Amino acid sequence: MTATVIELDQDGPAAILRIEGDVTSASEADLMAAYGLAAANGATAVILDFSKLEYMNSGGIGLLVTLLVRARRGGGRLVATGLSEHYRQIFSLTRLDEAIEIYDDDAAAMVAATA
Amino acid sequence: MTELNVKPPPNHDAATNRDAANWAQPVDRLSAAGVAGATDDAVTGRRVSGPLQGFGQLWQKTFTVRLDGVDISPTDLIALWKERFPTFWPKGQRFYAPLSGIAPGEVALLEIEPLPGAPVRFSTGVLVLYADDESFTFMSPEGHILSAWITFSARRDGDVTVAQAQALERPSDPFDELAYMLGGNRQNDRFWEATLRNLAAAVGVASPAVDTQVVCIDRNRQWRYWRNVRNSATIRSARRTLTAPLRKLTGRG
Repeated sequence: MTATVIELDQDGPAAILRIEGDVTSASEADLMAAYGLAAANGATAVILDFSKLEYMNSGGIGLLVTLLVRARRGGGRLVATGLSEHYRQIFSLTRLDEAIEIYDDDAAAMVAATA
Repeated sequence: MTELNVKPPPNHDAATNRDAANWAQPVDRLSAAGVAGATDDAVTGRRVSGPLQGFGQLWQKTFTVRLDGVDISPTDLIALWKERFPTFWPKGQRFYAPLSGIAPGEVALLEIEPLPGAPVRFSTGVLVLYADDESFTFMSPEGHILSAWITFSARRDGDVTVAQAQALERPSDPFDELAYMLGGNRQNDRFWEATLRNLAAAVGVASPAVDTQVVCIDRNRQWRYWRNVRNSATIRSARRTLTAPLRKLTGRG
C-alpha cells in the first residue's frame, strides 16, 4: 500500500488538490486536512486532480462522498480531473459522477469550477 | 532498502490494474440471474443507488468487534465472512448469496423481516461493488430501504484482529425516512451488532462486545429524490403480500 500524498495548489477562490498514491479510508486525515486548508484560504471551488492516483478502494470512494458533503455544506464545489478510464468507470458505477463533475484536464476543470 | 531520489513517471495502466479486479464491472441494470431460491421482484432491471441518490439524512455507522484471544488473520477472517455470510445474519433475515460466491459484480438477494413475526417480508438485494482479501462492499439497488454502501473489513490492531462493518446510508424515500426515524435507525444498528457478535462467536470469542459509532454526516434531506418512492421495495413487497390470497384464488400466484 502506498501512502497518500496531497499537494495543494491554490490561486484565489479555486484550489487544486493533486492526489498521488493510494486513496483509501486511511487517507481521510490527509485529504480532509488539505481540503480544510484550501477552504480556510478562501477556496470555494476545489479541483481533485487524480492524474497520479495509483489505487483506490471502496473506502476511498466513501471518503470522496463525505468530502463532497462537507464541500456542499460550506457552499463549495468539488470537481475532478485526471481520472483514467478505469476510475471514470468506477465513478460511473458508484454514480459519483452524478455529483462530482469530471473534466479531462486542470484547465477545463478550472474554467468550470470558477464559472 | 535503497531510496532513489528520482520519481518514476506515473504509469496509469499499471496503476489501474492494481485494483481493477476488485471492482465490479460497470453495469447499467442489475440482474439476479445468478441467485436461486429467492423472490426477485425488486432487483433485476434496477440501477444501483448509493448514498448520493437517497432522500433522507446521511449516516455513517461503524460497528467493530475485537476478536480477543482468537488466532485468525484479517484475510482468513474475510474469507470466512464471505463464505458463510448468510449464517451470521440475525434470525428471521435471509441472505441468498450468488451461486459463485461474494465476488465483484455479483448480485445477492435479501428477504428482510421488518419486525419479528411481521407478515410482510421485504424482498430486495445488493450488488457486490468491491471485494479484495481484506474487505468487501455492497451497494443497494433502487427501491432498497436504504441507498447505501456497506463495507465489511478486517485489520490487525496489535496482536488482535478487528472485524468491522461500516455503512454510509440514506433512507431512500420519504416513507423510508419516516420509518427510519420511528425506529428503523436503531433496528438497523441492532441488526449489524448482532451480525458482528455472531461472526465473533463463530470464530471462538466467548463474549463479543461490539462497539458502535453513529455519525450524521448530512442532516439535509435531498428533496429532489422524493420520487424514489416509485421504486420502493417496501411498497412492492407489501402489495405482493396483501394480494397473495387473491392471486392464489385466481390461480395467478
